[in-house]
Amino acid sequence: MKEVKAATGSTRRMSLKTRETIKGYLFITPSFLGFILFSLFPLLLTVVLSFSEWNLVSGLSGIEFRGLDNFIKLSHDKGFINSLINNFKFVLFALPLLLIGGFLLAILIHNFAYGKKLFKTVFFFPYISSAVAVATVWRVIFQPSYGPINELLRSLGVGNPPGWLMDGKWALFTIAMMYVWQEIGYYILIFITGLQAIPEELYEAAKIDGANRWQQVWNVSVPLVSPTTFFLFVTGMISTFKVFDAVQVLTQGGPGTESSVLVYYLYKESFRLYRVGYGSAISIILFLIVFTITAIQMKLQKRWVNY
Amino acid sequence: MKGKKKLLAGVPPKGSRIFVTVILALIGIIMCSPLLWMISTSFKIEADVFNFPIEWIPRRSNGLQNYKDVWLGSVSFATYYINSIKVTLISVISSILIGALAAYGFSRIEFPGRDTLFLLYLATMAIPEQVTLVPRFIIFKHMGLFDTHLCLILNASFSVLSVFMLRQFMMTIPKELTDAAKIDGAGHLCTLFRIILPVAKPSIATFAILKFVWTWNDYQGPLVFLTSPKLYTIQLGVKMFSDAYGDFYSLMMAAAVSAILPLILVFIFGQKYIIAGLVSGSVKG
Repeated sequence: MKEVKAATGSTRRMSLKTRETIKGYLFITPSFLGFILFSLFPLLLTVVLSFSEWNLVSGLSGIEFRGLDNFIKLSHDKGFINSLINNFKFVLFALPLLLIGGFLLAILIHNFAYGKKLFKTVFFFPYISSAVAVATVWRVIFQPSYGPINELLRSLGVGNPPGWLMDGKWALFTIAMMYVWQEIGYYILIFITGLQAIPEELYEAAKIDGANRWQQVWNVSVPLVSPTTFFLFVTGMISTFKVFDAVQVLTQGGPGTESSVLVYYLYKESFRLYRVGYGSAISIILFLIVFTITAIQMKLQKRWVNY
Repeated sequence: MKGKKKLLAGVPPKGSRIFVTVILALIGIIMCSPLLWMISTSFKIEADVFNFPIEWIPRRSNGLQNYKDVWLGSVSFATYYINSIKVTLISVISSILIGALAAYGFSRIEFPGRDTLFLLYLATMAIPEQVTLVPRFIIFKHMGLFDTHLCLILNASFSVLSVFMLRQFMMTIPKELTDAAKIDGAGHLCTLFRIILPVAKPSIATFAILKFVWTWNDYQGPLVFLTSPKLYTIQLGVKMFSDAYGDFYSLMMAAAVSAILPLILVFIFGQKYIIAGLVSGSVKG
C-alpha cells in the first residue's frame, strides 16, 4: 500500500512538473515564434544571402551561390568604402561633441543653474522629434541661396557661405550637426542621472582638501561619472553606425556618395538596385562592426572605468 | 528619483548661478530655434518665408490656409495620421501583450531550457535591426504581407525589449504575492492579468510611451515595406509631401509641425515615464 501511494505521489508530482513545462512554453510561444521568424531566421538568411548573388526581381530560383565574391567586390567598391569612411568621420565629429558638450551642459544644469527641470525638457525636445520632420526643417534652414543660416552668415560679413547639403565638402558635416543637435538632450539626461549617483560625501571631502568648485568637478565628477561616459561612448558609437533617416531625407547620400553612410548604402543596393546578395554582404559588415564594438566594450569595461 | 539630489559641496554664489542660468537659457533658445522657426514659418505666407531678419512672429499670417492645404489637400495628412495612429496603437498593445506573456513565462514559471532561451533573446538584442532588413523584406513578400499595415504591425510587435523590461520588473515582485493567489486556485493567466499586470502599470506605461514614440517615428520600416501612398504613415507622408511641394516651404513646415506635435504632447504628459525608461537602460549594477 505504501509503495502504491508513493508511486502515485511521484507521478502526480511529475505530471505537475510536465504541466508547468508545457504552460511555460505556451506563455513564451507567441513571442518565440516572432523571435524565430523576425530575428533568428532573418539573421541566418542574411549570412546565406551574403555569399550569393540574387536579384530580387528574378524570383527564388535565381539565387546563385558565389562564395566570397560579394565581399571581394565590396573591397574595391568606392561607394562602399566612402560610406564606411563617412561613418568613421561621423563618429569622430559627433561623439566627442556629444560626450563633452553633454557632460558640460549636464554639470551646469545639475549644479549651477536655476530651473533644472525646465532646461532638461527644453534640451530634450529635439530628441523626441522625428528625424524625418526635423530633417525637412534643416533642409530649409540650410538652403544655400536664401535659407536663414546663410542669410545670417552673409549679414555677419561671410562673403561666400558654404552650400551645406548641396556641397560635397559640407554635406556629411551638416548631417552630423543635425544629429548632434537631436541627440544631445539624451546625453545630458543620462549624464545628470550619473551625476546624481555620486555620493555627496566625496564632494565634501574634496572641499575640505581645499578643492574649489571646478576642481571638484574635475577630480570627483569626471572620474566618478566614467561608467556613464563609457556607456554613452559605446552606445553612441553603435548608434552612429545605424544613422539612416537623416541621410535618406536630406541628401540621398549625395552629391555622389560624399555623404553616404553604411546603412544608406545597404538600403540603396538592396532596395533601389535590387542587389540583395550584395546588400546582405554590407549587412554582415555592419553586424561585424557592431559586434566588434560590443566585444571590445566587454573586454575594456573594467579597465576604462576608473574610480 | 527620490532622495536628496547630489550636488557639489556648498551652494554656488547667487551671482554665478544667475550667470550660468542666463548662458544656459541662451543655449536653450538656440537649441529650440529650428523648432520655433518651423512653427513660425508654418503660419507664414510663402513670399515671407525667407524674409531677413527672420520674422519670428509672422506679419502676414496664412496659418489656417496652410494647415488646411496640408490636411485636406491632394496629399492628405488626415490619411497618414489615421494610418500612423492605427499602426502605432496596435503595435504598442500587441507588443505589450506578447511581451507580458513571455516575461511571465521567463520569470514566474520554471521549465527546462528557460534561462538558455532567455540568454538567446538577449544576445539578439545587440544585433542592429538593419542587419535583418533584407530578409524581413523577403519574408513579408513571401507571406503576401508586403505593402500592408499588418506587416508593419508584425514587424513592431515582437519586441525583445518589452520582454526584457517586463521580465526585469516581474522579477522584483515578491513570490508571496502570487503564491497567495495560487493557493486560492488561480491559474497562471489569472495571476498575470489580475495580480502582476496591475502592479506593473508604471513599467508598462514606460514601455508603452517609448514604443509609441519609436513606432510613430519609424521611417525605415514603412519606407521599405510599403509602396501604396494610401497606406503611408506620417513619416513617409512628410517625405512625400516635401518631395511633392518642394518649393512651398510654408506648407512643408506645416507638415513637419503636424508630424511632431503628437510627440511633443506625449512628451509633455509622459515625461516622467520616458525619462525613467531611457535612464533605466543606462544605469547598470
